[in-house]
Amino acid sequence: MDKFRLIPPQASTSAHQIDWLFIALVAIMLFFLISVFFPITWFAIKYRSGSDANRSNPSHGSNLIEISWTTLPIVLSVALFSWGAVAYYHIERPPPNALQVQIVGKQWMWKLQHAEGKREINELHVPLGQPVALTMTSQDVIHSFFVPAFRVKQDVVPGKYTSEWFKATQLGEYHIFCSQYCGTDHSGMIGRVVVMEPVAYQRWLTAGEGGESIVVSGRRLFLDRGCSGCHAVNSKFHTPLLEGLFDKPVPLSSGEIVKADEQYLRDSILLPGKQIAAGYDNIMPSYAGQLSEEEIMQLIAYLKSIGDKTSP
Amino acid sequence: MNTSSNATTTIVRHSGAYALDNYLTAGQGVKSWLLTTDHKRIGILYLWTILVFFLIAAVAAALMRIELLTPAGDLISSETYNKLFTVHGVLMVWFFLIPSIPAVLGNFVIPMMIGARDVAFPRLNLFSWYLFVAAGALALWSLIHGGVDTGWTFYTPYSTTYANSHVISMAAGIFVAGFSSIITGINFIVTIHKMRAPGLRWFRLPLFIWALYATSLILVLATPVLAITLALMSVERLWGVGIFDPKLGGDPILFQHLFWFYSHPAVYIMILPGMGVISELITCFSRKRIFGYAWVGCSSMAIAVLGFIVWGHHMFVSSQSIYAGMIFSLLSFLVAVPSGVKVFNWTATLYKGSITFQTPMLYALGFIGLFTIGGLTGLCVATLAVDVHVHDTYFVIAHFHYIMVGGMVMAFMGGLHYWWPKITGRLYPEFWGKLAAMITFIGFNLTFFPQFLLGYLGMPRRYHAYPPEFQMLNVLSTAGASILGVGYVLPLIYFLWSLKRGRLAGPNPWRATGLEWQTSSPPPVHNFEATPIATASPYLYDAEADRDLHMANA
Ligand code: HEC
Ligand SMILES: [Cu+2]
Ligand SMILES: [Cu+2]
Repeated sequence: MDKFRLIPPQASTSAHQIDWLFIALVAIMLFFLISVFFPITWFAIKYRSGSDANRSNPSHGSNLIEISWTTLPIVLSVALFSWGAVAYYHIERPPPNALQVQIVGKQWMWKLQHAEGKREINELHVPLGQPVALTMTSQDVIHSFFVPAFRVKQDVVPGKYTSEWFKATQLGEYHIFCSQYCGTDHSGMIGRVVVMEPVAYQRWLTAGEGGESIVVSGRRLFLDRGCSGCHAVNSKFHTPLLEGLFDKPVPLSSGEIVKADEQYLRDSILLPGKQIAAGYDNIMPSYAGQLSEEEIMQLIAYLKSIGDKTSP
Repeated sequence: MNTSSNATTTIVRHSGAYALDNYLTAGQGVKSWLLTTDHKRIGILYLWTILVFFLIAAVAAALMRIELLTPAGDLISSETYNKLFTVHGVLMVWFFLIPSIPAVLGNFVIPMMIGARDVAFPRLNLFSWYLFVAAGALALWSLIHGGVDTGWTFYTPYSTTYANSHVISMAAGIFVAGFSSIITGINFIVTIHKMRAPGLRWFRLPLFIWALYATSLILVLATPVLAITLALMSVERLWGVGIFDPKLGGDPILFQHLFWFYSHPAVYIMILPGMGVISELITCFSRKRIFGYAWVGCSSMAIAVLGFIVWGHHMFVSSQSIYAGMIFSLLSFLVAVPSGVKVFNWTATLYKGSITFQTPMLYALGFIGLFTIGGLTGLCVATLAVDVHVHDTYFVIAHFHYIMVGGMVMAFMGGLHYWWPKITGRLYPEFWGKLAAMITFIGFNLTFFPQFLLGYLGMPRRYHAYPPEFQMLNVLSTAGASILGVGYVLPLIYFLWSLKRGRLAGPNPWRATGLEWQTSSPPPVHNFEATPIATASPYLYDAEADRDLHMANA
């Protein structure tokens, strides 16, 4: 049997951050609890009916007292809020150098693919001490990818990309839970994270069928599915070139300017009519229903990989 | 006995402990109840109705707790488990907690507290009860025909596209129950504005009235949003109109915004009335005027207003913008402040009081303890980074049960014991009352405290099976729940017993000063023989006089 614990294993940098914040919260909670329970107990004994304690000149209110016990909590609140917000900002934004893993949730399993191409189901192998960023979506309902030992959690939403990141600080195996109710087998949508030494991780990554990297798969799809027929210099259609597109501002025919992030690329492929690049006709066919969530992610990974290149 | 406390209010006194001419004897037979427009009888109709729903929802909870005794999902199937927590949530929220204090105690005492003969629209009041019964029938219909497995939150696109259970009929039930709430809310608002006795200025109103006024505002303003949300969900489910499901071009997060725009204020519908009851109990049983009357009253209004702008704190990990999350977090901290103000004022009221520990007071003190824990742990879930970890775990379950059960249900029980002699003319057995209050308090903590630990350890909510390391805490929780069950069954028994055998209460067994105590028990059909006139605060208690009385008797 596992030994009894009060907190889950602290296996990531965020875990330490959040636990400290939680300990501070517990201290403040205790402070307020005592400042309510102690007087209540004391008054309940001293002023119990029948005791001969002095009750002359009772007070029925004092604005000074009211203002002070209104302000003190406000000050503490703002302090706690700020601490929480700073830590949240840190947890919510993956560092740029993180290893990339793509995750697709479906009722009731997790499908994962590492940037190098290795696939897993309900398991996630990661190296110790390196930031890992997960890009996630769902092919049906909302799920949530929760690793208590890392203190990270993020809903996995259909039609959308969400991200989550962590840096593991302790070797071992930890729970993955789906924490957003997703139907019959919600409590079976669990798995494990395996934190490995970086060398072992490299060995694991290249062992077995291996296969091609996500970017290579994306490039293959780009050729096979006819994207390259249109999006090329010598295309017979008037189409935008996709090299150098990622993360840059795109003027739309509506007059708006949006950033070509992952969501934009996804919508361009599935809902081409939603946002039309300025100066072009809406002739791109929708690929909704023809590409799996994994394939869309691979295509986007490819478009990202050519995002730094300037158009030929 | 004390009569000095009533000196400043004109009252009509009845001799004799039990008024023979009262609203209960005014008409006999089922028809006289089903066609009544008397707010007191309607309150009792609500009491019986919500009792039925409470029992069903409690059985669902019991089955879940039994299933969770072991890590494997071995007793019931996961489908059944999912339906159990859905029915538990739906019935407890919409068919028990929301109507509990407002529709039962509020209906009974609001008119009497303000010296009125009835609510402003008595027939509408009865109509609202019929709507509620119709709503309940729809909910029970869905339950009997196989139930619903979406959770009380009905998150899309699960509820619109993937769930194959009786989502529509259940949503229709909640939709209709919502209209019942809206009508009751309007009725209370108009009653409080228009029917106050002469001299009963706003700042002479009992704090229970302030709390219910604030609650009614929320009922009227927020419930329509729930109706719209459920209607949109049904439209997508029935006809595939793309609103929430991304496959149809919709946005699933939009549903969450709409749902919590109602459901967060609804949390305050489920606690403000409880706070109102506690304000009455604390001052009466410490025989001291409430400390900081205006602050307690206005904090109810502040909660009602602020409660409307914090809904996004349910969505910190939903993919909502992190900057929106920051604003919602800050506002959520601020909404905790007026609740804190209330707790501090209740505590200060005890100072220099003359405190007795009768059953209602035990519930009130229990409320303060549990509500304080519930409120403080609310700070943890309002703190962005910590919520990322505890969101959708048992930590949240424990947090809101401390507020809803430790708070609202304790307050409801406290209020029911307090006004029971007024409602029935008889007293419940004090010994059993105290015992049940203490059993409830102990059972409650044993049930829900372990869930805070489970949550921080990472056990997600709505799990039918779980890893073995969580077993010990789950067993403790289930053990607690069985004690809690005893705490709820006892009052059921002795209340029923007291209807025939209870000691006669007399008009004012607690020597309380509110207008409702200045008429006979049970009250006459029109509440007062002559319209009372208010000339001062509702809380003219005097602890020093009380001490001197005791000294003289000793
Ligand atoms: C029939 C020709 C055609 C095909 C095939 C086609 N596209 Fe397009 N695509 C267009 C045109 C025209 C536009 C510009 C109008 C618009 O924004 O819809 C466009 C726009 C885009 C954009 C937005 C570019 C910008 O500058 O904003 C992306 C990204 C994109 N396509 C990706 C793809 C991918 C990936 C595929 C293959 C799965 C694909 N396209 C297949 C014609 C095509
Ligand atoms: Cu799930
Ligand atoms: Cu809320």
